[in-house]
Amino acid sequence: MEATIEVTGLRKRFGQVTALDGMSFTVTPGRVTGLVGPGGAGKSTAMRVILGLDVPDEGRALVGGRPYRALRRPLCHVGALLDAGALQPGRTGRDHLLWLARSHGLPARRADEVIERAGLGAKARRRAGRYSPAVRQRLGLAAALIGDPPVLLLDEPFTGLDAGGVAWLRGLLRELAGEGRAVLVSSPLMSELEDTAGHVIVVGRGAVVADAAVAELVEAASRGRVALRTPAREEAMTALAHAGATVAVTGPDTLTVAGLAAERVTALLGRRKVPFSGVAAHRATLEEAYMELTRQAAQPGAGS
Amino acid sequence: MTAATTPYRSRVSGGRDGFAQALRAEWTKFRSVRGWVVTVAGAGALLVLVVLLTAGTNVATCGRGDVEEPCPGPVLGPGGRAVEDRFYFVHQPLDGDGVITVRVTSMSGRIRRPDPVGLVPGVMPWAKAGLMIKESAEQGAPYAAVMVTGAHGVRMQHGFTEDVAGRPGGVSAAAPRWLRLARSGDTVTGYESADGRQWTTVGTARLEGLPRTVRIGLFAASPGDLTVGHGALAGNTEERFTEVTAVMDQVGVRGAGTGGAWKQDDIGVSYEPDGTPHHAGGLSRSGGTFTVTGVGEIGPRLEGMTAQNTLTGTTPALVVVIVIGALFVTSEYRRGLIRTTLTAMPRPGRVLLAKATVIGGVVFAAGLAGAAAAVPAGLRLLRDNGNVILPVGALTEARLIAGTAALLALSAVLALGLGALLRRGVAAVIAALALVVLPYALATASVLPDTASAWLLRLTPAAAFAVQQGLPEYPQVTHYYSAAGGFYPLPPWAGVAVLGGYAALAVGLAAYRMRRGDA
Repeated sequence: MEATIEVTGLRKRFGQVTALDGMSFTVTPGRVTGLVGPGGAGKSTAMRVILGLDVPDEGRALVGGRPYRALRRPLCHVGALLDAGALQPGRTGRDHLLWLARSHGLPARRADEVIERAGLGAKARRRAGRYSPAVRQRLGLAAALIGDPPVLLLDEPFTGLDAGGVAWLRGLLRELAGEGRAVLVSSPLMSELEDTAGHVIVVGRGAVVADAAVAELVEAASRGRVALRTPAREEAMTALAHAGATVAVTGPDTLTVAGLAAERVTALLGRRKVPFSGVAAHRATLEEAYMELTRQAAQPGAGS
Repeated sequence: MTAATTPYRSRVSGGRDGFAQALRAEWTKFRSVRGWVVTVAGAGALLVLVVLLTAGTNVATCGRGDVEEPCPGPVLGPGGRAVEDRFYFVHQPLDGDGVITVRVTSMSGRIRRPDPVGLVPGVMPWAKAGLMIKESAEQGAPYAAVMVTGAHGVRMQHGFTEDVAGRPGGVSAAAPRWLRLARSGDTVTGYESADGRQWTTVGTARLEGLPRTVRIGLFAASPGDLTVGHGALAGNTEERFTEVTAVMDQVGVRGAGTGGAWKQDDIGVSYEPDGTPHHAGGLSRSGGTFTVTGVGEIGPRLEGMTAQNTLTGTTPALVVVIVIGALFVTSEYRRGLIRTTLTAMPRPGRVLLAKATVIGGVVFAAGLAGAAAAVPAGLRLLRDNGNVILPVGALTEARLIAGTAALLALSAVLALGLGALLRRGVAAVIAALALVVLPYALATASVLPDTASAWLLRLTPAAAFAVQQGLPEYPQVTHYYSAAGGFYPLPPWAGVAVLGGYAALAVGLAAYRMRRGDA
């Protein structure tokens, strides 16, 4: 089976609320794809539609070319973590994995293998009701991996993890993608995916706002901006603004200039005798790129 | 764009995802929650516990005057069945084959009405008089008889439960009825005739192992007059004295051993403390005319306790298994676990069928174990407390035990279906209780008219309680056949089928809803 997710023109309304408004994207194998957007943007609904849990009003979602409900042995095609808290409190983590294994005729050994991979250890034999949020996330990942699937759908897997857990999960996601799997990870925070995702799909109001490689996004957000270091911030701002540039204060002695090339900035400041100690092309963070995109999406008629 | 990598292939192989796997998954879910396992086992234990706790309150004592004594056991008839065997018998010995013929010219009687009316003339519809061949004059001895009844025409009866109708109509001096009873080996045949020349067969009875020497003669019996209370006395019954007097002539007996003196016995009569018989029958002869007066009934005994009375724990156990049945699915909705279930097993119908099989199976097993222990333990305790126990036979006892397990199991499945349909534990439990327990409680509490109770027990899932009926209904035996008394309108397994239909409907609707909508 081709390890891809294809989502085409999904529309879904819950009463008056439009959850999905023509969402389309493709997830390809071998990399971590981030699905990013604010709460209510449609990330979780899209994932539920892909898994056949919610029925879209329009459009379709295919995994490896087939609707999820038509898959034989679905856990061996797609592993999902939707809600790590969805556990029966009286059941141990291992028994949770065991019933999942049994549903596909897999041996109990498989449960122990994923316990190992998710780093659950002896906690797997305790009742799930006593798990910390971090342990629940690890159990959810173990459950997603039970069928050793080529496609993974993880809804906000970083939630509840401490710094160590976040680092561990980033490593695991890169490793899983490196094995050739398609890994779709949703998050409300772009920063969580900064070093992990090779590709991001930014969604807002039920539709895709941007769908690009991380490098391209950063490039687009950085284009035409100049970072300037100067002890005379006020004078520099006045001079540049008079020349028609947009200037933003980014620190006590740093400014970001948009609308003027670097050579024109240095020439202008030299003429006006404004001191400065450095001019460089500005490199935006992924977070900035995201903020930019979601701001555009929030304005009617604007888009990317 | 990142360069495309070789797509990953799952290295987990050899698995399948059919119904057997779904069943195994749901079984793993059930057994891995200790609270559920303990609760289902507890439902089975409740069956035993409740009867042990409540049977102790059923203490019966009998007395003669002021002296208390153990109650006598029931009279046992052929096959160990408890029987009523009380009538007036005028008889002779018969060795081997023989025939007796008689002409009945009149039937009259008396019925006691509530004070201050007292005794009034009248014949009970099932008062009977005629001819009988009986193994001995002992109570419970096998017999066959042909008779005229008060309102049900000529009948041929034998073995205390069997009844065949002959020609309808009563008797009078102007229109007498001839009866004939003939023995050939262990076969007894009854005939009737309007004129003593043209005979019609009424019925034939085979009395297995009938000895060579038996008793042959005339008999009369009249069952008590049953009134059922209304209003505040609803469900209470009162039985008042009646007797029948039949005039019979043209008596002819043929066969070895006959022809001697007539012997008369008031079979099964009880005695007052002073030694006089209580409501005695009697015989007066005038030449060839026999006037026989009899009191009592010849038939199955229906007053008393049976294995049915040991299943009092069914209702509490039912409440427990309904809660578990609903929880088995609503707990998944409550915690969002249903989404994990449906990603692992995307066919809702298959999931629900697997869940129903698991919960039905475990509840059936617990119910079977509980009922199998409750029946013998309860019967022993009731008997030790002096209660009259009417044996129902091993097959019926097995049906009561297996049927109670089925009633519990199907109710749990119904609750499961309602749980999947309503997705709320409390709502599902209330709905299941309203469908199963409430109609049963209403129908058996003597608060509704009998016809309303009967309809509840036909149309609602509570119909399945019919499987617990210990004794059958007999049209020829006067008895208050009410739900409160343990008699149900549907045959045992038909009642279970009604409940099964409701359970299947609930599960089917839930599967339909799950397939159509969002999880």
